[in-house]
Amino acid sequence: MRVARRELYAGRAFLAVLVAITILPFLSIFTTALYPSGTVPVGLSWPADPQWGNFLEAFQVANMRALLASSVFIVLAVVPLSLVISTMAGFAIGLLRIPGARFLLLLFIFGLTLPFEGIITPLYFLARQMGILNTRLAIVLPLIGLFMPFAVFWMRAHFANMPSEISEAARVDGASTWDLFWRIHVPLARAPIASLGILMAVWAWNQFLLALVLVEDPTQRTMAGALGAFQGHYATDIPLLSAGTVLILLPTLILFIVFQRHVIAALLQGSVKG
Amino acid sequence: MTQAADEAEPARALHRPRAAAADRRHGRRTSFLGVRRQTLVGWLFVMPALGFYAVFVLQPMLLTVQYSLYRWDGVGPATWVGLSNYVTVLSEPKLVETLFNAFRLVLFFSLAPVALGLVTASVIYRVAAGRLGEVSRTVLFLPQVIPLVAAGIIWGRLLSLSGLINQALTAIGLGDITRAWLGDFDTALPAVGLIGIWVLLGFCTVLLLTGMSKIDSALYESARLDGAGWFQEFRAITVPSLRYEIGVCVTVTIIAALAAFDIVYVATGGGPGNATAVPGIQIYILAFLERQVGLASALAVVLVILVLLVILPIQRLSRGDDQ
Repeated sequence: MRVARRELYAGRAFLAVLVAITILPFLSIFTTALYPSGTVPVGLSWPADPQWGNFLEAFQVANMRALLASSVFIVLAVVPLSLVISTMAGFAIGLLRIPGARFLLLLFIFGLTLPFEGIITPLYFLARQMGILNTRLAIVLPLIGLFMPFAVFWMRAHFANMPSEISEAARVDGASTWDLFWRIHVPLARAPIASLGILMAVWAWNQFLLALVLVEDPTQRTMAGALGAFQGHYATDIPLLSAGTVLILLPTLILFIVFQRHVIAALLQGSVKG
Repeated sequence: MTQAADEAEPARALHRPRAAAADRRHGRRTSFLGVRRQTLVGWLFVMPALGFYAVFVLQPMLLTVQYSLYRWDGVGPATWVGLSNYVTVLSEPKLVETLFNAFRLVLFFSLAPVALGLVTASVIYRVAAGRLGEVSRTVLFLPQVIPLVAAGIIWGRLLSLSGLINQALTAIGLGDITRAWLGDFDTALPAVGLIGIWVLLGFCTVLLLTGMSKIDSALYESARLDGAGWFQEFRAITVPSLRYEIGVCVTVTIIAALAAFDIVYVATGGGPGNATAVPGIQIYILAFLERQVGLASALAVVLVILVLLVILPIQRLSRGDDQ
């Protein structure tokens, strides 16, 4: 496309400003983290004597090792199981087209727009009744349920578009429904399953409301939930809070930069299908 | 969907004799209480997902409706109060204001990112095809992957008295208007809105950009031949072609606004006073701090209905005649 020189420069200047506005907040929190603990640093400025030790201190007082372990546990408990059961359901609704498939699809679609706040109060009493309040299970089990509308919808969309010849051929060869699912269709669905896995991992890692309400101990929470608790404790010590925030952001940022293509693609497809 | 199923029938009929033989071998025609085995197996595939969904989403949703009809402190006995909690939600000034705040946030979380996203995407599309476009895409997307809590903390700093915003304002000679932006009754809500723009702009931009790359460039060529300028092109070609993507952006961002919680909780906690209280925050405060479970549930039901009422027409508009 031919573009006038003036437009070229104006456009690039506009982009540069936007990119700067996006990055400056990160830089500001980083430089703030380097000031002596307990001081109130000014916006964006480099400290005379950078306190790299703040990161070490934040690592210890926030109990980062336990936080990381807890978040990883929650992601590993939620994502694989959610992938398996939503793929099975999407397969039955989209490909087997069992009687009642349409009703089931509508039932799951209802949950797509449901704000978590709509059910958080009963979830609290439910978790208390089940005796899982203040354990990671109180986050894991509801989160699997809350992921189902989107996950089933996503996998159904894939299976509904598979040509029926594949299944017919397998049936003729005498494949059982399970064989058809596990040996033929799951391997073909690897790409949408991977995207869905990335999405659910990011969402679980960043989940805040469930952690805040259902689990008191930060070391049993998700990363986002732990950060909320950390802010509650160290709101007055700005450099330490900033150091903790940087540490909690770091794994997400590194993973995003490494897998950025996949993450962006997954998040976009996710919203388009949803 | 039904149409696709019908089209599949001839293929199935073609193979029927052999398929039937296979069915007999595996006893697939046998029935259990009159239900075909295949149906039974299919439902077994759905059961685990449906089970989790029913127990942890549908059941609580029904419970929310039930709670909303009672006065209950979460511990003692509950008293039936009919619809009076709903009357309170829709009449008590403090609660009505939370609903209004939610819609005010829509301006920032939805309208601004979508409009600005359209401009940004078309700029990237036109002047930054290569490496520059890729880098700005990635950077603009960053705020979308970090926890919203972190965005709230970072911006809480930037918007504070000693934060970067005030530093910049002072530097350009606007020292007079510096303030604690999140603590001021007049500026708290727009300040929270600003955080929303920062988080959601990249998402909208990248999504719209993906849509733009699918537009046939011949359309632009012929518009150019007819002497159309940048804005005419934008209005006559770009926006109509992106109807679906714009619909998705609007849907996602409106849900983010109406159901906002993380950012507000961390940045202001709903304050000062009631200035940034949105339904999510109010539900949390009512249910878990003030122990008014019934009232919190009524507000939750209203929020769920509100989201549906706003989203359904948008979905219809943006998908409209495609289906």
